[in-house]
Amino acid sequence: MWAWILHRVTGVGVMIFIVIHILDTWLIGFGPEVYDTVMNIYRHPIFRLGEVALVGALLFHALNGLRVILIDFWPEAGLFQKQRQLFQVVVVLFFILYVPVAGYMIWDIIY
Amino acid sequence: MKVELFIRRFNPETDTKSRMVRYEVEVEPTDRLLDALNAIKWYQDGTLTFRKSCAHGICGSDAMLINGVNRLACKVLIKDLGDRITVEPLRGFRVIKDLVVDMEPFFAAYRSVKPYLINDEPAPRTERRQSPEERERFDDTTKCILCAACTTSCPSFWANEDYIGPAAIVNAHRFLFDSRDRGAAERVDILNSKFGVWRCRTIFNCADACPRGIEVTRAIQDVKRFLLNARI
Ligand code: HEM
Ligand code: SF4
Ligand code: FES
Repeated sequence: MWAWILHRVTGVGVMIFIVIHILDTWLIGFGPEVYDTVMNIYRHPIFRLGEVALVGALLFHALNGLRVILIDFWPEAGLFQKQRQLFQVVVVLFFILYVPVAGYMIWDIIY
Repeated sequence: MKVELFIRRFNPETDTKSRMVRYEVEVEPTDRLLDALNAIKWYQDGTLTFRKSCAHGICGSDAMLINGVNRLACKVLIKDLGDRITVEPLRGFRVIKDLVVDMEPFFAAYRSVKPYLINDEPAPRTERRQSPEERERFDDTTKCILCAACTTSCPSFWANEDYIGPAAIVNAHRFLFDSRDRGAAERVDILNSKFGVWRCRTIFNCADACPRGIEVTRAIQDVKRFLLNARI
């Protein structure tokens, strides 16, 4: 159940980001000044930390999405009984991929 | 050993809200929770209301929320529950009294998938033969006892009580994958509807809850793939 809760939270989170992103890109229609003002807000450390979270959410969602797809469309593998172990694999993969990326992004904010 | 039971009680004649009531009973660690409930009903408080019948995990009448998970009271042992046990009615159905819920919507969903063999072809002179492999295809889903533990553990069902729920899909699976059955076309409309299988989000609560060890989530995915590939 926790895999699903995280999947929904990250899915909805990423969706909210995309809506905001579509809106801010649309601002270019009001001219480069308006667009640049808004883009400058994004350089604020709070927003850049938000980007770190976004990458994490998308990464988890994608990895767990692959877990669900494998379970659903590969019944011969009998992953139904192993769904918990498969979730553990997702978590491990997530950290292997996310720690260096997040580390680099945070380092970039600080320095 | 002495155990404390916290039972969510509701009397429709006097209560507007349910309340937790504490009981203390003397039981053996190897007793089942049902024995503790009976000890309360028979010797402490005869008004405590719950369903039970076979007491051997086969009639499906005493599924309830025990320490936060759906289990059969007649199957779960005290020693596996600890000495502080909470007992509540199944989630998602109207509570009639104490631990008794209104199962009618559950059986309506069950009936909607036509859980019986449909075959209008002329009956053969002997039996309709089936190979062991063909029988094996739906063996798992024959074990359902309609206890509703799966359906009432499902967040999709909590969110929308019109979702037919895991148990109805398990019983559709039982006949969809029976080589003697010809009723698929009559079942797809409800299974493929917006209250059908597509409400399943692969959460696995149903499979964790099933006291018969049925791979409920697998059965649901079998039906999803059946609908994807069906040419009906
Ligand atoms: C990039 C933007 C994405 C957004 C906004 C998004 C959003 C969502 C949302 C809101 C759900 C519904 C969750 C639920 O009903 O509980 C969902 C489900 C799902 N997503 Fe994504 N997702 C995205 C990317 C991905 C990617 C990259 C994958 C896989 C590689 C993926 C795979 C899935 C799967 C398999 C489900 C179904 C889960 C289930 O029902 O059990 N998604 N997504
Ligand atoms: S599938 Fe399992 S949990 Fe669901 S009603 Fe049948 S026996 Fe109960
Ligand atoms: S009393 Fe029959 S299943 Fe528990």
